[in-house]
Amino acid sequence: MHKMIALEDAVALIPDGASLLIGGFMGIGSPHRLLGELARQGRRNLSVIANDTARPGFGIGKLIDARAIANLTASHIGTNPTTQQQIIAGDLTVELCPQGTLAERIRAAGSGLGGVLTPTGLGTTVAQGKRTIEIDGRTWLLDLPIAADFALIAAHRADYRCNLDYAMTARNFNPIMAMAGRTVIAEAAEIVPVGVIPPDEVITPGTLVDHLLRRDAANGR
Amino acid sequence: MDAKELIARRIAMELREGSLVNLGIGLPTLVSHYLPPGLDVSFQTENGLIGVEPLPEEGAEDEYLSDAGGRFIGAVPGAASFDSCFSFGLIRGGHLDVTVLGGLQVDERGQLANWTIPGRMIPGMGGAMDLVTGARRVIVAMTHAAKGEPKIVRRCSLPLTSVRRVDLLVTDMAVIAPTERGLELRERAPGIGVEQILAATEARLIVPDDVAEMKLSA
Repeated sequence: MHKMIALEDAVALIPDGASLLIGGFMGIGSPHRLLGELARQGRRNLSVIANDTARPGFGIGKLIDARAIANLTASHIGTNPTTQQQIIAGDLTVELCPQGTLAERIRAAGSGLGGVLTPTGLGTTVAQGKRTIEIDGRTWLLDLPIAADFALIAAHRADYRCNLDYAMTARNFNPIMAMAGRTVIAEAAEIVPVGVIPPDEVITPGTLVDHLLRRDAANGR
Repeated sequence: MDAKELIARRIAMELREGSLVNLGIGLPTLVSHYLPPGLDVSFQTENGLIGVEPLPEEGAEDEYLSDAGGRFIGAVPGAASFDSCFSFGLIRGGHLDVTVLGGLQVDERGQLANWTIPGRMIPGMGGAMDLVTGARRVIVAMTHAAKGEPKIVRRCSLPLTSVRRVDLLVTDMAVIAPTERGLELRERAPGIGVEQILAATEARLIVPDDVAEMKLSA
């Protein structure tokens, strides 16, 4: 099945107001080419779920710079002062979520689970408005799944069946998000013949990926 | 020796052979510089690696390999990489032996506030809430007071990171162990007297008859 897509066409699939799961940690393992093109095409009102917003001019920071995001769910935004300014100005709403809880909420959505019971956040401000559940005398916080219209992910290598692997800490949220986006667009640093990535080393099976493009060095990070 | 080095050296004495350790950004990262020679400890970074080492040299940056602050690092031979769910499974699931984190306030219940100062900035908690809730042992590394303001207080006024009682607090003046009975003063920094520690501490401390001086090498 042919899944290769041109950058402009991939981004054209994403309408204003779409919800996006975006991989990466401080921009490491983010789909930089897709992010740059989303900003260039002037997409607005996006709901973004991601670990962080990197820094101005880099990674998801490019979407912040372009004022493309209206709602953000993230664990950490302290490295991007522009994100802070937009929140204070009322242009951006943010839900802060502990990083491990964020990862599990995305995993739950992608794995058909109804929620996550975690001890993280109990008795703190993040528990406000959430249900707690007692099991055998122990109390847990119920956090709900997070799915999205699209998952935009970055891989190290992809083969032409869209099987993906990842490199070092650039893996982070990418394989989890590949399960939770209704449409999955993957950007890979290298595209290799089928069979080059052995089955045991495939982290994201190609059936999960809808569209694939290559990270162009010239337009990448 | 400056305050940070003192704190880092003392915490390094707490790490045990074969343990898995997560060091927070900033002061806690310094702990890895002062490990007793030959001690085999693995460092985790929550963005997905066991086997963190400092960047071996300028120019060795790998664009796919950073710590949780986004700074380039190295990976020791035998390192292992994984996704964010697995990484936090290690943290919450009882597989992480020690986390060392900075602190804004610690109170008499041994509870820690270290992620936000309302009205100032909205950084987000990142992995701090999971680390403090889930690690087998939580060690807080912080200066004893901030510009004369006590940081070891009766009750945290800042939002808590977790309701979990931390295990050890190491400052530039003292080592304090939060217990069921309250905060026990265990050690004092070289040249620091118990009276000075009490004067710089808002919380009530349990003071034994003899408070040893901090041990800074094996």
